[in-house]
Amino acid sequence: MTAPADDKRVGGEPNAAFREKKSAPGQTPGGQRDNVGNSYFMRDRSWHAPALTPLYKTSVTRSPQRAPLSFATTLSEETSPVFGNDTLGPLDNDLIHNFASDPAGAIGPRIVVYGRVIDEMGRPVPNTLIEVWQANAGGRYRHKKEGYLAPLDPNFGGCGRTITDENGWFEFRTIQPGPYPWPNGPNDWRPAHIHFSIFGHAFAQRLISQFYFEGDPMIWQCPIVKTIPTKEAIETLVAKLDMGATIPMDARAYRFDIVLRGRRQTLFENRMEGL
Amino acid sequence: MIRQLDRYKETPSQTAGPYVHIGCTPNFCEIGGVYPHDLGSKMILGDVKGQEITIRGTVFDGTGTPLRDALIEVWQADAEGLYNSVNETRGKADPNFTGFGRSPGDMDTGEFTFRTVKPGRVPFRDGRLMAPHVTFWIVARGINMGLHTRMYFADEDAANKEDPILSRIEHQNRVPTLMAKPEGENAYRFDIHLQGENETIFFDV
Ligand SMILES: [Fe+2]
Repeated sequence: MTAPADDKRVGGEPNAAFREKKSAPGQTPGGQRDNVGNSYFMRDRSWHAPALTPLYKTSVTRSPQRAPLSFATTLSEETSPVFGNDTLGPLDNDLIHNFASDPAGAIGPRIVVYGRVIDEMGRPVPNTLIEVWQANAGGRYRHKKEGYLAPLDPNFGGCGRTITDENGWFEFRTIQPGPYPWPNGPNDWRPAHIHFSIFGHAFAQRLISQFYFEGDPMIWQCPIVKTIPTKEAIETLVAKLDMGATIPMDARAYRFDIVLRGRRQTLFENRMEGL
Repeated sequence: MIRQLDRYKETPSQTAGPYVHIGCTPNFCEIGGVYPHDLGSKMILGDVKGQEITIRGTVFDGTGTPLRDALIEVWQADAEGLYNSVNETRGKADPNFTGFGRSPGDMDTGEFTFRTVKPGRVPFRDGRLMAPHVTFWIVARGINMGLHTRMYFADEDAANKEDPILSRIEHQNRVPTLMAKPEGENAYRFDIHLQGENETIFFDV
């Protein structure tokens, strides 16, 4: 079943979920759960980068060429692994110190990145794991296959992770990464960016992406950024400087919010939220 | 955040890039001492119910070259068809089986390996049972959005014949691209082809 054409209006039209539920052919064994009315919204593929983006050369031989198979989510996509706070060590969300042997930590502009994870319906996504990785302040990754001449920082590993709180908020501390050149065109540079991976509560929500920093002119020159079709979509990947959230005399703050795929609401949930 | 017609737009995907292992399997790429172990490196935590199996495979690009910088994730039900997830409401899954695996692939050959159990059958939306399957998710440099597919088992012929997803595939001659082939005892091979004659069927789900 593909998404109905009026998919985008479902949130403002509580009866839509009810209609779909009534026409459902049956319940799942076990009885308590009717998962027909609450499948995840189809991805808007025109909003995301297409698979084949020739200006990002590696995509040419790594992009599927046939149309993907579409169907409404099943239990296999509506479930997802759970990682509790016991997964985390005390420094996991502090990239300045989590690899450093020197207590002073990594070199670079100190920042706090914070934000909120919500779904397409605006509901917060609590207790979900976010992993991040990045280059050091000179634009160099700690990786065998990395050839950029900028030096490693002995006190910077480049990975971190955190879990959103009960309201979907997260934060981590790091140094602002540097831009770096990469083999694509003769002189392509990546804007400063932090990679992130997020699970959500359903495998359908699984997402890996990258965010950038407000005001960086390199954003608009990058072939990887430009795989995304619209400026409007690209701007949602730009973290905003938030001087109000700085830690005085320590670190500036950037805010970056994440939106994961949303789920149709059941009639029951609509009623609850409409009270 | 952009809100249109009562819905926010999903955060756009970007490639995981060549250094995805730094963030997702740091111990594998020699960033030790930050996490005690790499997430998803163990799916079986103790005595598990069901048949323990090994899944091996390689992801190939359009030239037939193995990807050596991919990250492959799997998500599956336990031997009784239950997911180890907060969203599982049908019963309690095997506590010694996580259902989630993550493999960086071999540094030289790109081959991924998962030690897991053969999953049980999970109901489709209308209650019919789906054939045993493992969800795969592949990210790498050059892949703008994670590729979602399923691995089914070639030796589950009867269940495969009545699987509601397999049966809706228009080009049935492509169904074998979703089949893991038995390879010795308790082992299966599942190769993934991003392009070409044997291009794997990927899902938009
Ligand atoms: Fe990067």
